[in-house]
Amino acid sequence: MKSLLDQEFSDSNIVITKTEDLLNWARLSSVWQLGFGLACCAIEMMATSASHYDFDRFGVIPRATPRQADAIIISGTVTLKMATRIKRLYEQMPDPKYIISMGSCSNSGGPYWEHGYHVLKGIDRVIPVDVYVPGCPPRPEALLEGLLKLQEKIRNESLVKKTA
Amino acid sequence: MKTREEIFNVLKQEFPEDVFEILNQPMEPIIMVDPKAIHKVSFYLRDTEGLKFDSLMVLSGVDDANGEKTTDADGSQTINGGTLSVYYHLESLELGHKVTLKVSTPRDNPEVESVESVWRCADWHEREAYDMFGIKFLHHPDLRRILMPYDWDAGYPLRKDYKNPEFYQGMKIPY
Repeated sequence: MKSLLDQEFSDSNIVITKTEDLLNWARLSSVWQLGFGLACCAIEMMATSASHYDFDRFGVIPRATPRQADAIIISGTVTLKMATRIKRLYEQMPDPKYIISMGSCSNSGGPYWEHGYHVLKGIDRVIPVDVYVPGCPPRPEALLEGLLKLQEKIRNESLVKKTA
Repeated sequence: MKTREEIFNVLKQEFPEDVFEILNQPMEPIIMVDPKAIHKVSFYLRDTEGLKFDSLMVLSGVDDANGEKTTDADGSQTINGGTLSVYYHLESLELGHKVTLKVSTPRDNPEVESVESVWRCADWHEREAYDMFGIKFLHHPDLRRILMPYDWDAGYPLRKDYKNPEFYQGMKIPY
């Protein structure tokens, strides 16, 4: 589906669209992420934010408080101690909120799956995940694709039917 | 600059009761010390002319796993008796020599004197040894867990017979 501004319109001053599409377009074009990093994945996430990959061109800006954030990228190994904090941060975010699980560790425990006495084996045991990005760590391109997947998900959201 | 043997002889003369022996290991000789006297020996090593050990490079706990091992029905191991050890790697930046000390303490009541008052950096090292092995450092100013959650009650993870619990605060731990 074409994005809102790509659609043709005949009159130069009026755009006709559905409320749903407008809301979804606004939401997906400004996914403000919680400024939050955990391990080596956070380095790749910061690289994605920096000028070379430029997360900002998709409207992703880090916010310093969960109350102004739309999405949280779980970028790294989630220890049990940190999992309790992540849950609290997630609960402090206003709806609608989205979660990208970045890298093997937060997807499934990664290399710590067997002997990691201190590692949570997947962040989805604590909070609901929208997009999983595989990799150890994922390259910035992979994270960007994860974001595009999330945008696709938001674009197809409905006001009447709860999807996320 | 002194060799390990020379340092051992100096210590043995000063503390005949508390310094036991020198183990000649292939990598480096290790001086065995009484766990209840390690702080006295450490002060002496730091302040004495000709020794001047001004730097504690690392302090690490070790589970010797030399007790009586019993295998449970589910295949896991329990160790009774034996010792836990603490290793101290010291260096003198002034004189350029190094030495390794070791103390061994009973596994069922592991108590070692703290050297935090000698080298401040020992503070967090001792907290880690406490966190991972349950070694109690006497007269430590703030002996809390440092890495594991403060309310972790399932034991000390780096002990050889450690069993990980099923749940922590409602979160499932095994894969």
